[in-house]
Amino acid sequence: MSLSKIKFDKKIVLSFWIILIALIIAAPTLLPVFRLNLLGRYLSLSIVALGVDLIWGYTGLLSLGQGIFFALGGYCAAMYLQITSSSEFPNNIPEFFALYGVEKLPFFWEPFRSPVFTFFAIWIIPALVAGLIGFLVFRNRIKGVYFSILTQASLLVFFNFFNGQQKLINGTNGLKTDVTQLFGQMVGSESMQRIFFWITAILVIAAWFFAKWVVKGRFGNILIGIRDDEPRVRFTGYNPVIFKTIIFSIAGGLAGISGALYTVQSGIVSPQFMTVPFSIEMVIWVAVGGRGTLLGAILGAVFINYAKSLVSEALPASWMFIQGGLFILVVTALPEGVLGWIQGDGPRNLLQRFGLKRKIETYPSLEVNNKEANNE
Amino acid sequence: MNKTDLLNLIDITVSFEGFLALNKLNLNLKKGELRAVIGPNGAGKTTFLDVITGKVNPTNGEVIFKGKSLVGRKEHKIARLGVGRKFQSPRIFENLTVKENLEISVTTPKSPLNLINKSIKDEQLSEIDRLMKIVNLSQKVDSKAGSLSHGQKQWLEIAMLVGQKPDLMLVDEPVAGLTDEETDLTADLLKSLSGENTVVVIDHDMEFIRRLDSNVSVLNQGTVLCEGTMETIQKDKRVIDVYLGRPED
Repeated sequence: MSLSKIKFDKKIVLSFWIILIALIIAAPTLLPVFRLNLLGRYLSLSIVALGVDLIWGYTGLLSLGQGIFFALGGYCAAMYLQITSSSEFPNNIPEFFALYGVEKLPFFWEPFRSPVFTFFAIWIIPALVAGLIGFLVFRNRIKGVYFSILTQASLLVFFNFFNGQQKLINGTNGLKTDVTQLFGQMVGSESMQRIFFWITAILVIAAWFFAKWVVKGRFGNILIGIRDDEPRVRFTGYNPVIFKTIIFSIAGGLAGISGALYTVQSGIVSPQFMTVPFSIEMVIWVAVGGRGTLLGAILGAVFINYAKSLVSEALPASWMFIQGGLFILVVTALPEGVLGWIQGDGPRNLLQRFGLKRKIETYPSLEVNNKEANNE
Repeated sequence: MNKTDLLNLIDITVSFEGFLALNKLNLNLKKGELRAVIGPNGAGKTTFLDVITGKVNPTNGEVIFKGKSLVGRKEHKIARLGVGRKFQSPRIFENLTVKENLEISVTTPKSPLNLINKSIKDEQLSEIDRLMKIVNLSQKVDSKAGSLSHGQKQWLEIAMLVGQKPDLMLVDEPVAGLTDEETDLTADLLKSLSGENTVVVIDHDMEFIRRLDSNVSVLNQGTVLCEGTMETIQKDKRVIDVYLGRPED
């Protein structure tokens, strides 16, 4: 890459960030409350997509059970909000318990009285659960399709458990958060939602940088090595089980944060977060955006979900067909996803096909020789 | 068993659902030795490497490496003890660059914490430079390994093997698909590695084996048929019957 191009890239990057930050600050004034809330929700989904990209795009682990960790994060946040807003209800416990005749708070709710505990629980509990499931699966060298099936089966186990436990966590009705209080404000209020939007935007950027840091350098290269040829990694002296457990755990933690942010902005957490289609959709966002690109995961999550809401408003019930078609298009025509296609000279190849741009002949050794000639 | 031995395989038997891939195989390797292993297809050459590297657990028998038993140990533990392996078809990480491939091999310790926290050590970087010079890949540092030619891939994998600094190098068909010139260079490279390292080379190419100028073990039906210099084994009637006498494919 020549020097002028690097400078050019830096300018683009800088202006990109300035525009992005300006948009984030201005978004609440530019968008009506309803749209802002939707955008915040979709941004929070992009964090779970980043995790999917880490485990699938980089490490080759196709998990169909990220909904578990997403929902766990959401439940952690909702439990804290419910319990701190239950002083007017009988026995000082969340209202729904009265419906099932529960008078004493179940023991696992107790720690969620603490905001500090909740702050850590939102990401540590999903990360630990992911780490445990991951370790057991990876240690037994379960991979590929079997891994995917196993994660989906785990998802169903969690779904059925949460769905059936009315007396513990309100079962299928889930936990509502929009009428609860946080710092003396109603969580569902406009001002709170605006703050949640900003927090989400900041966390998406933070999660993106974190993910970039994880895949940068040798750690990320080992992940790619595991994806491409796991036995080779093993014979080189690395233990893939540890690496896979760590990255699965990280993806679980990101899913938890994502779920908590989604919950407070949609006003409820319920076992619906753990349905099979939702977890598959997470994979579709990443596949469409571009596997192994990180940014593609964010863009995929936001744009597909925004498209979903726009299409559903105009033509109800048609979204499933469009989503299915999109997935087929990506699998057949853009296996690297949209961003992967752009990065891989896709647009130029397309123009070429229509005869709009001449093919540039390149040969690796010619470039090397050119570079040497320039240096002299 | 001898004190100067690096590796002893004692009565190794590997049975795949009744089929004996290895049948009471005995083999001893001295420190610094270069050993060629030949044998017809299905003689158990690759299974023999699988047993040493922990990919396959022997049904019976013992593998002693540096005085420790390797049986039942995980592959990465065996690799860390000092057994390196080059695979039959080049197995490199095609989506990583030449340099990144070598980084993976020279990095120690191979723990996640070390990899994510610290940058690569200077002596490891100079080791990478040295390796790239040895295998003539200095110009391709930042090329994707997948874009290399077949011969370059073979050499990159050998460089990765050397970079691991193993006491025992197991090299499976290093010259498959190489030109004559590349084959000669590879033979010289492997010869120069022995002495400091112990090297086991598995191959079919008799010219190449002759050039290695080492002791040869002939495997047949999962057991060592005979051992000796190239000259001795070429005269051995059993070897001629099972192997040399046949026209090569």
